Amino acid sequence: MTVEAVGRPRPKPGGAVANPSIFWRIPWLRTAILLAPPLTWFVAIYLASLALLLVTAFWTIDPFTTRVVQSWSLDNFQQIVNEPTYLRIIGRTVLMAALVTMTDALIAFPFAYYMARVASRRVQTALFAAVLLPLWASYLARLYAWILILNHSGVLNWSLQSVGLPAANVAYSDVAVWIVFSYIWLPFMIIPAYAALERIPDSLLEAAADLGARRWRTVRDVVLPLALPGVAAGSIFTFSLTLGDYITPVLIGGGTSFIGNVVYSSIGIANNVPFAAALAMVPIAIMALYLIGAKRLGAFEAL
Amino acid sequence: MTEADPAKTPALRLQGVRKNYGQVVAVAGVDLVVDEGEFFTLLGPSGSGKTTLLRLIAGFERPDAGRIELGGRDVTSVPPHLRDTNTVFQDYALFPHMSVADNIGYGLRVKGVAKPARERRVQRALQMVRLEGLGLRRPNQLSGGQRQRVALARAVVNEPEVLLLDEPLGALDLKLRQEMQIELKQIQKDVGITFVYVTHDQEEALTMSDRLAVLANGQIEQIGSPVDVYERPATEFVAGFIGISNVLTRDGVRFVVRPEKIRMLAEGEEADPGMTVELGRVEEVIYVGMNTRYVVHLDRGEQLVAVRQNMDALGDAQKFEGRPVRLAWTPDHTFVLE
Repeated sequence: MTVEAVGRPRPKPGGAVANPSIFWRIPWLRTAILLAPPLTWFVAIYLASLALLLVTAFWTIDPFTTRVVQSWSLDNFQQIVNEPTYLRIIGRTVLMAALVTMTDALIAFPFAYYMARVASRRVQTALFAAVLLPLWASYLARLYAWILILNHSGVLNWSLQSVGLPAANVAYSDVAVWIVFSYIWLPFMIIPAYAALERIPDSLLEAAADLGARRWRTVRDVVLPLALPGVAAGSIFTFSLTLGDYITPVLIGGGTSFIGNVVYSSIGIANNVPFAAALAMVPIAIMALYLIGAKRLGAFEAL
Repeated sequence: MTEADPAKTPALRLQGVRKNYGQVVAVAGVDLVVDEGEFFTLLGPSGSGKTTLLRLIAGFERPDAGRIELGGRDVTSVPPHLRDTNTVFQDYALFPHMSVADNIGYGLRVKGVAKPARERRVQRALQMVRLEGLGLRRPNQLSGGQRQRVALARAVVNEPEVLLLDEPLGALDLKLRQEMQIELKQIQKDVGITFVYVTHDQEEALTMSDRLAVLANGQIEQIGSPVDVYERPATEFVAGFIGISNVLTRDGVRFVVRPEKIRMLAEGEEADPGMTVELGRVEEVIYVGMNTRYVVHLDRGEQLVAVRQNMDALGDAQKFEGRPVRLAWTPDHTFVLE
């Protein structure tokens, strides 16, 4: 595209598009050629695998042979709905996702506000690097770092004891999972919140001050409502990533189950792929509802 | 009225106000007095410091030196939310997440005006700017002209000591701008609030102002009524910035003669007694609808522009191109530059 936009037309090296005016004569051809590879990939790999997942969810396994029985049934879904254990796990996962999302929103908003509206250009760049740098490190390495921090004899307790406070027993618990999830997904909340805050024209803040609003009043009446779509956009990431993750609960958690690691153990331990597929449909359904809500808040315009 | 009345407390008084941005001098020592109920315009080209001056009055910027008084009270170090001024912003700065009525009522809400009184005043403001029935719309559902009116209503409804307007008509097309000029002036008369109006459009300034200050390089070149500033410009800059000015030097005196004051004499026509007559050649004829401009190269060297109403041009103006002409004007209609 860019090559064609620069300077005079250059001779094309042979091939089907030897005549450059063909794109002019058939306007949709350029779009078609441009979109064909990603669209093929998207349909064949992404949508097809989702469809397979959906289909598999209606199959069952033979309890004796553990072979997949390819006949339609709602057994898996009935099992999820009828067994309180699974409902508890789903409830716990959604609660965790909500808690992580709220925590991240509370941390990210003031941080992004400082980045977008207060910090100098140089500090802004430094903060950007600080936010994005952890994403370059391996997920597992960061989890192990947190194990070292939260351990009974880890950095956290060492620090608490050195100032004379009692040790905190958060290692291998749901609290630890909450802390680590909040840490890991924080950049995904900060970036869209920053983008939304950065887009608010200075004149709107001046107008609020001009009409008599103090700084906090301006933040409440003007900045927060206008940044909300950005925070909603960020929450799509933090919520869905928490909903689907299975590594953090396994490595950091105290053995309580979340949707992700139940799906994982259904495949890895129980070898019950159809049930895993059915359970995996739950976060997809929850996210579909969540996206509808986020769209109402204008999250898609803020992305 | 060219001088502010010293007996009354002025709505606004600036004394020696300066503002620098690093090495750049934006406002270089401005003294100004604006009377209660006056329509006062700050006119100048971009970079002349007029917008900075307005922002200093609003409190968005703090002066490096000098004093700003509103209604006799020193507000030099008072933040904008405590100043009795309201601003109509160049980009309107309407809150996109609030309805038109909520935008207009925001200042009253912040001040704690009770809801019934607030709603009544918002309705009256909507009527004033002829936007009845649009209170529930969002700003992005309005046209540019309507948004401009909302911005005006949002400021006026608070009945400030001084209303500040930063090129409020700049984004509108010519026709709408001319309509709004008249309407703005009418609203100002009705509400009686002091307006300080920033513009780079000299015609706008002349049309609307009671008095105006012409700014250049952060300094005031001249303060006066539109007639003063146009007919008796104090400096060459003012003469050149407002209207078309022909600067001539005769016998060591530099003076200006406005194009509409120049008469092109027809062949054989005699100039009135007392008129100055100069010879020249028409270089260019520019037809501008209402009148025609003639660019004339004088035999004594200078170039000047003469304007004739098209009621006697008969569409045959082009034939003058390249021809010798005699130009005449009354010395009373010229003004000498120091």
